[in-house]
Amino acid sequence: MTRTRTRQWLHTVVGVIILAVMLFPIYWMVNVSLQPASTMLEADWFPFTPNLSGYITAFHDQWGHLLTSLFVSLGAVVICLVIATPAAYALAHFKLPGSTAATFAIIVSQMIPAVVVANALYPTYNDTGILDNYIGLMLADASLGLPFSILIIRAFMASVSPSLVEAGYVDGASKLRVFWSIVVPIARNSIITGGLFTFLFAWSDFLLSSTLAGKSVRPVTLGVYQYITSYVTDWSTVMATAVLASLPALVLLVIAQRFIAAGITGGATKA
Amino acid sequence: MADGIAVSVPASRPALTRPHRRIRDTWSKSLFLLPAILFVIAFFAYPVIKNLVMGFQSYTTASFYTGESPFIGLANYARVISQPLFLKALANTLLFTAGSLLGQFVIGMGLALFFHRHFPLSNLLRSLLLLPWLLPLMVSSTSWKLILDKDSGVINQILESTGLAGVSWLTSPSVALTAVVIVNIWIGIPFNVAILYGGLQDIPEDLYEAASLDGATGIRAFAHVTWPLLRPVVTVLLVLGVVYTLKVVDIIIGLTSGGPANATQTIATWSYQTSFISFNFGEGAALSNILIIISLVFALLYLRVSRRGVDE
Repeated sequence: MTRTRTRQWLHTVVGVIILAVMLFPIYWMVNVSLQPASTMLEADWFPFTPNLSGYITAFHDQWGHLLTSLFVSLGAVVICLVIATPAAYALAHFKLPGSTAATFAIIVSQMIPAVVVANALYPTYNDTGILDNYIGLMLADASLGLPFSILIIRAFMASVSPSLVEAGYVDGASKLRVFWSIVVPIARNSIITGGLFTFLFAWSDFLLSSTLAGKSVRPVTLGVYQYITSYVTDWSTVMATAVLASLPALVLLVIAQRFIAAGITGGATKA
Repeated sequence: MADGIAVSVPASRPALTRPHRRIRDTWSKSLFLLPAILFVIAFFAYPVIKNLVMGFQSYTTASFYTGESPFIGLANYARVISQPLFLKALANTLLFTAGSLLGQFVIGMGLALFFHRHFPLSNLLRSLLLLPWLLPLMVSSTSWKLILDKDSGVINQILESTGLAGVSWLTSPSVALTAVVIVNIWIGIPFNVAILYGGLQDIPEDLYEAASLDGATGIRAFAHVTWPLLRPVVTVLLVLGVVYTLKVVDIIIGLTSGGPANATQTIATWSYQTSFISFNFGEGAALSNILIIISLVFALLYLRVSRRGVDE
């Protein structure tokens, strides 16, 4: 008994070592962000005297970009969910002609390279005047999460018994009422998962932001990129910005871990 | 609550004849799907078609002022393919994809098997492992760019402290592609672990008990129980991995911008730079269309695999 206990804890020790190696680049990012501004010729392994000057410069430089990222990502989530949730319901519960074809089209659309979308939409965005525009970038970023959201919400709705939904129609409620007051509450968790991932995809986006926006609408990924393309003299500010840009992922992993786990496995294999 | 209610719908609207009602019904149901269809057309179908057309056009910055983008046949493709960079970028694309997938999968498989043993804190450690995958790619690139830096990078610090020579990870044409692959492996490991771990969880425990009665444990249990049952998950994972890795732009642009001397230039990054740095949208379109064709082969494979998965 005690021998198996010991062996189990030995596994834990190995697990911690694996994790330490895997998370080292993230540790290093935090470590350097807390060191005094310098060219980092010899960075310490630990920020013995934490120095916040990197964060002060980062906040000063990137405050607007962080707000832009937040605003654009939230907008993308709203657009995505408003479109994806009813579509997922229709694909799961209405036996419409062409539903199967539509589902396959959605799976395939996930595979289209973003560089194709950016290249083709650039002239169109230019012509319609939504280049470098909040709404334009929100729409484009919504496309990063839409196929995933439809698939994950649809998979969940397909597991909901139709009788649960049909009961609503007995009272003579309209489809929209039933959708809003019965379907959406039942599917709440899958909708949250779709929204969280859309937020992360939009927040992390570089390609669409750097092509379809980037001058006046400038998210923080572009702020980070600008630092590393110029000759870096102050790595602590760069890393402080990187840490700030990682906060949504960190926060969501801590407070919404089960949604994230459900999303990763559900999105890939149950599509 | 709902279970107690009779489900039959009373025929309360005699005014509408049946076929009429069905059409109205289909129409109102379609409205739920319509916004998604319009969005998919605008942001996926239209760009693919537009990009195909642009591949045959002379489309540069001037086109925006003059409004003219004349058709030039296959000239974009001819110019792109005739450059020496084409074969190099194609080879880089394949090496980057194959190397990334191999590393991600082998390490991911090892870690999934490890975490499948369930030990104290295994769930916590496994969920923390997801972090590299959730970070913005540009952030990961930035962190690795410092770690791999020739002069101030911590990896070279370690190498030099043990008496070895530092490596010009990102600035030497012979090493840069390997370095970029290493970073991409790091990014992809969490996803591979999550999917493979989920697949392992779905294998019934009694199969292993039956196998151990026949004397199959350890590697033999893996070969005869785990691997055959995991195969469908592995296939989907690898095909998805190919399609997603082929189109990677952010990581390479962040780490090396395709350099040094195009050592890390892939079809995807070259297309990005041709369109948005050289502003030659026609040639950029030609390159990304070539990328689509490569992806398409694998997408069809994926559809076949996932359809078979549904049928089973």
